[in-house]
Amino acid sequence: MFSRLPEGGLIDREHSFSFTFNNKKRIGYKGDTLASALLANNQLFIARSFKYHRPRGVFSAGSEEPNALVQLGRGSFSEPNTKTTNIELHDNLNAKSQNYKLSLQFDLLGINDKLSPFLSAGFYYKTFMWPKLFWEKLYEPIIRSSAGLGKLSGYPDPDNYDKGFLHCDILVVGGGPSGLFSALVAGRAGARVILADEDFRLGGRLNSDREEINNQSGREWTTQTIAELKSLDNVRLLPRTVVFGNYDHGIFGALEQRPDALPGINKKPKTVLWRIYSKRSIICTGATERSIGFGNNDRPGILLAGAMRTYLNRFAVKPGDQVALFTNNDSGLKTANDLADRDIAVTVIDTRPNQDQNTDNKYHDYIAGGRVADVRGKKAINSIILTDGKSIKVDSLAVAGGWNPNVHLTCHKRTKPVWNEKIQAFVPGKNLTDGMRVAGSASGLFDLSSTLLSSISTANLTLEDLGFPTSQYPNFETSAEPTDITPFWHVKEARSRSWIDLQNDVTTKDIAQAHNEGFQDVEHLKRYTTLGMATDQGRTSNVSALAIMSERTGKSISETGITIFRPPYIPIPIGALAGRSRGKHFRPTRFTPSHRWAEKQGAVFVETGNWLRAQWYPLEGETHWRQSVDREVLSTRESVGVCDVSTLGKIDCQGRDTAEFLNRVYSNPFLKLPVGKVRYGLMMREDGIVYDDGTVARLADNHYVITTTTANAVLVFRQLEFARQCLWPQLDVHLISTTDGWAQFSVAGPNSRSLLAKIVDDFDLSNQAFPFMACANLTVCGGRKARLFRISFSGELAYEIAVPSRYGNSMMKTLIKAGQEFDVVPYGTEALGVMRIEKGHFAGNELTGQTTAFNLGLEHMVSKKKDSIGNKLSERSGLNQPDGIRLVGFVPVDRNQQFNAGAHFISRGKEKKLENDEGWMTSVAHSPTMGHTIGLGFIKNGLNRFDEIVHAVDPLRGKNTDVKICSPHFYDPDGERQRG
Amino acid sequence: MIIEHPLLGPRDAAEFVYLGDASLIARPDWENPDAGKEFFEYLYLRDNPEGMHRELWYHEQGDRSWLVVTRNTLTHEILNVELARQIALAMGR
Repeated sequence: MFSRLPEGGLIDREHSFSFTFNNKKRIGYKGDTLASALLANNQLFIARSFKYHRPRGVFSAGSEEPNALVQLGRGSFSEPNTKTTNIELHDNLNAKSQNYKLSLQFDLLGINDKLSPFLSAGFYYKTFMWPKLFWEKLYEPIIRSSAGLGKLSGYPDPDNYDKGFLHCDILVVGGGPSGLFSALVAGRAGARVILADEDFRLGGRLNSDREEINNQSGREWTTQTIAELKSLDNVRLLPRTVVFGNYDHGIFGALEQRPDALPGINKKPKTVLWRIYSKRSIICTGATERSIGFGNNDRPGILLAGAMRTYLNRFAVKPGDQVALFTNNDSGLKTANDLADRDIAVTVIDTRPNQDQNTDNKYHDYIAGGRVADVRGKKAINSIILTDGKSIKVDSLAVAGGWNPNVHLTCHKRTKPVWNEKIQAFVPGKNLTDGMRVAGSASGLFDLSSTLLSSISTANLTLEDLGFPTSQYPNFETSAEPTDITPFWHVKEARSRSWIDLQNDVTTKDIAQAHNEGFQDVEHLKRYTTLGMATDQGRTSNVSALAIMSERTGKSISETGITIFRPPYIPIPIGALAGRSRGKHFRPTRFTPSHRWAEKQGAVFVETGNWLRAQWYPLEGETHWRQSVDREVLSTRESVGVCDVSTLGKIDCQGRDTAEFLNRVYSNPFLKLPVGKVRYGLMMREDGIVYDDGTVARLADNHYVITTTTANAVLVFRQLEFARQCLWPQLDVHLISTTDGWAQFSVAGPNSRSLLAKIVDDFDLSNQAFPFMACANLTVCGGRKARLFRISFSGELAYEIAVPSRYGNSMMKTLIKAGQEFDVVPYGTEALGVMRIEKGHFAGNELTGQTTAFNLGLEHMVSKKKDSIGNKLSERSGLNQPDGIRLVGFVPVDRNQQFNAGAHFISRGKEKKLENDEGWMTSVAHSPTMGHTIGLGFIKNGLNRFDEIVHAVDPLRGKNTDVKICSPHFYDPDGERQRG
Repeated sequence: MIIEHPLLGPRDAAEFVYLGDASLIARPDWENPDAGKEFFEYLYLRDNPEGMHRELWYHEQGDRSWLVVTRNTLTHEILNVELARQIALAMGR
């Protein structure tokens, strides 16, 4: 049985933590991972496997862990699929097993294991093909309910996540011996260094091994090195930080776990997502051990040899009194030695035939050329059986199949790793980008002195690149570390299933089957068997699997190759990627200048893009939005109304050639617009589709202010800058967006002139002095700078008055106060919309990105006598068919009927099918002025079909209304009111 | 990616908006006899090269410069960054 050694280890025995696993209370220490604490409590069986629901336990001691995943935390804080091997133990930690039905000990889906002959590779592809109907009704619900590992809480994630940006000369990834020393060499030379490591304790394998450096213990050396790094202001150490991706131009993504976040207690961020900008990088990510395939090699109590050494040395976990080691290389013997030194009886089974290294009888037994064929014990192993039938009683088994350098970050930009025959593993390829270099075991150097030497030379080369001074360092004296390995991937004599990918339950048989069925390419092998997928990305299994595949194909491993490595290196929670950009903070909210006032009036708001605009202003007693909107429309048309229209885009255009510039970006002519006048402008895309519309006001000779629609403010400005810089760079014109600079209010209705007269300073508002489409700079309220435009969207006598934004809220108050004697109303976007439909103005609903000036009835606005954006391609015949769709108005034949936007038009007597579709309804409103529903829409040849009755078919809402085609100008078609 | 802005130095690509092929600067003359066809080709027929590509980027979250960035579409290596206005002027626009 596993237990805690009475002394030793890098744990703080003064500092014990109590935690629960599957509702049972356990004790661990500060410095433990959840995995080490569970092992010390002899908890070997931790989870059920993904597909066959086999009992599984801790297999590794790092983020490569395929088995020991748990559900962490309670309720909404619950987090699935966390790796016990990565979780830093803390007080009151709560973890539960996952992936079982009923209980961990008795799992209903354990039956899958018995059914395994039917569930092998490609099972899904073959079985769920037919009958077709079964997929939705039967297969999918079953697969969904048994798929996945842990469960999401189903609640919004209450944790906080932060993001941050870091810059450095040199990023060192990995805090093992080579990472620490690379950082030290670079730090001493004065470079700005960041060192990141995923562990909460820096030191890498020096925390797990008992090596010596320069007659110091590895641990003392580590402590000293870290202390010096901490003393350097130009070095930043980031423990608990995994660098998960390498992106373009030296940018890395990293995720830091924050130890000070206490879920549900403080609101400190749980993680910080760092974007690290580096000039150079040194990859010191070390290596990951791999297993060997033999029967039932997935049982709890079987660990990777390096992991067992970590639990023994770093966490003081004793893996029983009798332990076996199955190895094909020298590194495994280090585990055997460390065990033997603690008086644990070790049996070494070495696949290498002539290797009896038990010269001083250190080991209980040494079986050279031996092989493990099978093990006994389901929820924890109790004995192993060798190929010769010999059975050995054990508490645990360590497996050493060799080491794979962690080449991931060197491959994210598609540099392929290369096979190294000597170490039987892939090492980073040449030609790494953006000044990336690799040192230590990540580069394939497995003995400590070579590792440290490589960190010196790598750091010096990197310093040289950046112009920092380099220094010479003497060689390191370290304990000798033999690294001989003979390739040995799986025990062919094994009769029980041999597991390669423990997370996805892929066996040697599955690989053989993939080979037999033609899925021999590594990428096919991966997808057919699911090998190398999920949270561990096959870090302990990929290389072994393709070695077994290459045995079958007869190709070398080098020819077989390895699947592409893509970021992220570990799973990144979506919450970490979202950071603070959640809910309302997903994007900024823009408030109109009169927002505070509108809020006090109890306005109902609507989101339009990032803007929050008043939609209507309900009065006491109004219970339905239509009551408020109808009142706002009627009051405006009868007397006067005020609306905040500041959200329209405003672009200030100045310079000698502004008129010429505007003439080229608008479809209609602008060269002759006089000072003090406003003109409506139509803007097209280069392909001849209408883009936007607005007004152009000429305030002075070389000073214009143009407006855009709210939705297109950013895009139009971008397009105008393109035209200014790229198309006509010689024109003297300068643009600046002033959307946020000016608050603008529409004052509309027959009494608008009388109302404004109370506000303007000495300004003649008479129709002669300031006619329709006039504009002027003026002052209001006793000297406040303002702009006045006589433009009308409502169709009434109307003005738009603009003041600097900081006066916006008080201008709204001033207008309402001054308008009291006229019973002024504020009106919102809904009334604005009703009035524009009554007037037949098109808006966003009509500008679909497919409609031309011809469709909108504005073809006369496209000048053929000048060059402007879109004019040429708008002439294409396809866009100008005589029976093309035209914008017209629609009224219900039975005035009591209502219809909706989105309805499609079919001629009377024709079948309601797609072929007979003649257009669609774009905008619909109840017109309080007319007393019935009105609509705008596009219909083929519409302008020649006034008074014709067609069907407005709305299958979505099950409606079918007879409507009459009419002019789109329902209200004051001759425009007498706006000119009055 | 990092774009070496000719006026502002290295800036993160997130500050920019991408448009496309720098040939969009070469807008045809509307009075050419074949202008309809030229505009069609200008707008719709663009290369999508594997390797070096000259393309327009707009520094929207910055100084609003339009830039011509020469970028390797395979490796994202950026070889040159120029002000689009200078290029347009050099082209005689």
